[in-house]
Amino acid sequence: MHNFITQYLGTGFLGGLLSAVLPLLFILPYALVTIWLELKISAHMQDRVGPMRTGKWHGWAQPIADVTKLIQKEDIIPAAADKALYLLAPALVFTGAYAAYAAIPFSPAYIGADINLGIFYIVAVSAIVVLGILMAGWSSNNKWSLLGAMRTAAQLVSYEIPSSLAILAVVMVAGSFNLNDICAAQSGWFWNWFVFGKFPFLFITFIIYFIASLAETNRAPFDIPEAESELVAGYHTEYSGMRFAFFYLAEYGNMFVVAGVAAALFFGGWNSPFGVYLSGPVWGAFWMISKAMVLVFVQIWLRWTLPRFRVDQLMYLSWKILTPFALVNIFAVGLWVVLR
Amino acid sequence: MPSLLKKSEWFKRMNANEINEKLKSGFPEAVVEFKADAVTEPYIVVRPESVRDIAKFLASDPELKFDYLMSLSGVDFNDGNIGVVYHLFSMEKRHRIVVKAKVSKENPEMPSVESVWKSANWHEREAFDLFGIVFKDHPDLRRILLPDDWEGYPLRKDYKVQEYYRGMKVPY
Amino acid sequence: MAELRTEEMVLNMGPQHPSTHGVLRVELVVDGEVVVDAVPHIGYLHRCFEKHAEAMNYQQIVPYCDRMDYLASMNNDHAYVLGVEKLLNIQVPERVEYIRVIMAELQRIASHLVAVGTYGLDIGAFTPFLFCFRDREMILDLFENVCGARLLYNYMWPGGLSHDLTPGFIEKTKAFIKHFRPTIKELNDLLSYNEIFVKRTANVGVLPADVAINYAASGPTLRGSGVKWDLRKDDPYSVYHKFDWDVVVGTGEVGTLGDCWDRYMVRVREMEQSLRIIEQALDTIPDGDVQAAIPKRIRPVAGEVYVRSETPRGELGYYIISDGGQKPFRVKARAPSFVNLSLLPEISRGYLIADLVAIIGSVDIVLGDVDR
Repeated sequence: MHNFITQYLGTGFLGGLLSAVLPLLFILPYALVTIWLELKISAHMQDRVGPMRTGKWHGWAQPIADVTKLIQKEDIIPAAADKALYLLAPALVFTGAYAAYAAIPFSPAYIGADINLGIFYIVAVSAIVVLGILMAGWSSNNKWSLLGAMRTAAQLVSYEIPSSLAILAVVMVAGSFNLNDICAAQSGWFWNWFVFGKFPFLFITFIIYFIASLAETNRAPFDIPEAESELVAGYHTEYSGMRFAFFYLAEYGNMFVVAGVAAALFFGGWNSPFGVYLSGPVWGAFWMISKAMVLVFVQIWLRWTLPRFRVDQLMYLSWKILTPFALVNIFAVGLWVVLR
Repeated sequence: MPSLLKKSEWFKRMNANEINEKLKSGFPEAVVEFKADAVTEPYIVVRPESVRDIAKFLASDPELKFDYLMSLSGVDFNDGNIGVVYHLFSMEKRHRIVVKAKVSKENPEMPSVESVWKSANWHEREAFDLFGIVFKDHPDLRRILLPDDWEGYPLRKDYKVQEYYRGMKVPY
Repeated sequence: MAELRTEEMVLNMGPQHPSTHGVLRVELVVDGEVVVDAVPHIGYLHRCFEKHAEAMNYQQIVPYCDRMDYLASMNNDHAYVLGVEKLLNIQVPERVEYIRVIMAELQRIASHLVAVGTYGLDIGAFTPFLFCFRDREMILDLFENVCGARLLYNYMWPGGLSHDLTPGFIEKTKAFIKHFRPTIKELNDLLSYNEIFVKRTANVGVLPADVAINYAASGPTLRGSGVKWDLRKDDPYSVYHKFDWDVVVGTGEVGTLGDCWDRYMVRVREMEQSLRIIEQALDTIPDGDVQAAIPKRIRPVAGEVYVRSETPRGELGYYIISDGGQKPFRVKARAPSFVNLSLLPEISRGYLIADLVAIIGSVDIVLGDVDR
């Protein structure tokens, strides 16, 4: 697809713009669908039915109505806020989430930027989110927001380490930072996927990565930066309307990023589970998105099942459990790769 | 944890007469009145200035051991006196007693028993809030239920509600 | 190295905060996230029940009692009517007391379900909350069935009840018990023994027994500290002595005795005991009238009484003084939440803000009860 665009429009402004907008065309419907899924999944887990009226069929239009409402709402800026940072923060958070889409291989034929350091780029660019959240919490001039921002900074920085170590293990096995190459290394039937094919090394790696990624997306049970019952809403307490929607969108966008990365690293990415059957560019996109959505579902599932950690327990989990395990794991994988 | 008696040992608990005698022997001047034939519950009236000493005695005496302050209520007796009623209970001995202390409306001052029973802290603040009884040596005597700048003490029988509170009309 | 001194921050938690369970404001002095001091400020919901009560006759006060602890209206009414009846020195028909006990225990379960559910919410588990509310809804349906109201019942009157049980009530209640027993186990699987939940609540907000007694704590807050003290057993009222059930106390099985988990677990286990009481009461309920022959205008002799009863939150006492008139001279309500809340500063110092939320939730306050 990317090649297609550059072929017809060139790598100039128009081509670049179209390439850049394409993921947005994906994120928006994806976010709406996922919000609706979250509403319905949580409802059915809790013996409810969830929204049923909006749009007649099982309330399918509820997220659209929500977004419309958010757009129409007044954009409130607290009098004591640091205005420039306050306005910039949601955009920055969303940028962090959005920029990561550039390197996600949606199908063998489409990857926003087929760069050699793809996964490295995703890890790096996701760190912008921390900056945005810190800015939001600080500039709101609200003590709850500030506490939320501090928690976020501590949490994201801590969990970046085990998740990066986990990613490194995969990179060592695949021998490439390029996500397309990593996907290609897992072609064939589903037992060739890293999570099954390199059992148990990369299975453990997957568990470490998945837990760390939950923390990186601020999802339960690691949602302490916005812990509703403790910090009201954490760093986005003061935000309203469209800016709040941006945080929301960024959260769902991030969920897909980590799920997509996990799918690419461990579940074969765009590879069909059935070898050459049902493969190809279009099927590839289907498999990639399906695999990521299954992981998104797991994230939702965990959120509605588990209570929330406390700050110190969160740090304990990261530094004393995940990081040592990831280190041992990377050593073991390295040994295995060398001796293979 | 204090050792609690079994049901079969309940007969050991003292009745109001014995408690009164015991108290009288300790504080001959302080006990003003004892009503054993009061309807439903006997009570002891004591002098307000010695309330804390009596409280200490009641709480620490090995035979009495009133360790549980069930309730502390302010009362306007409507005879120029307001007062405090202590409902005491002993978790260990399982006996109870009512102690009353009366002070004049003009000078409603009495010692705090907060140092004996911590639960008295908020109860005394409430009595201060609603009756205007000043508890000496209370660590934090502020209004508790009403706003800090409220006028008057609502539960006194002669209470007249204020016209305006911060520009809002109060009686509706 | 010179010791670094950091500035403490004053943080207002409430009156509009998701987990202060109403309009409670806690003034927190925090050092980072560590609570140095917590000062509760109450009164936002103050309606001066006691002043109202002096202007009403004895029957008219019952609806006001309903509105104090609005999650346990039946228990509040129960205590009040017991007090008035003691003042009047009348004996109500046995059937009345049986029905009152059934209602009070159903209410206790309903109230504990809210306490346990919202506690899960405080810790961050959303789903158990809705499970609890689903079951509470069934109890409210039973109440609606019998007296037409779902929250504020005005069902127990001095001398009797407003209505007799409706036909089919006993069967419906039995069906509810049959449904509810297994869901307690479900709740335990989902929440009580959840690893994260235990980690969050064990060893947090430890309340030693002697401190609890000194602060006159009562109900699950006191029992969570291991004190076997339940007014239904230890200062029996109504017909509780006729039933076979156990007082639940905290065990400290996952942490220290008297921590948040113990207080929480006492509530969960108490629900089972309440089911036992209800079952026995339903099986042995006698026939009869539900109104004692008392005059329309109640005029107790001059005197005073302090009655206490065990509500889901602890010891609810009514101190009623009569001067012989139609209206009480003074009614003081000793609210369990009020007294229990006063020990919050004592058990919250040195914990994190997240723990403070757990501690407030474990004391289980209802602000209508605190502020009256």
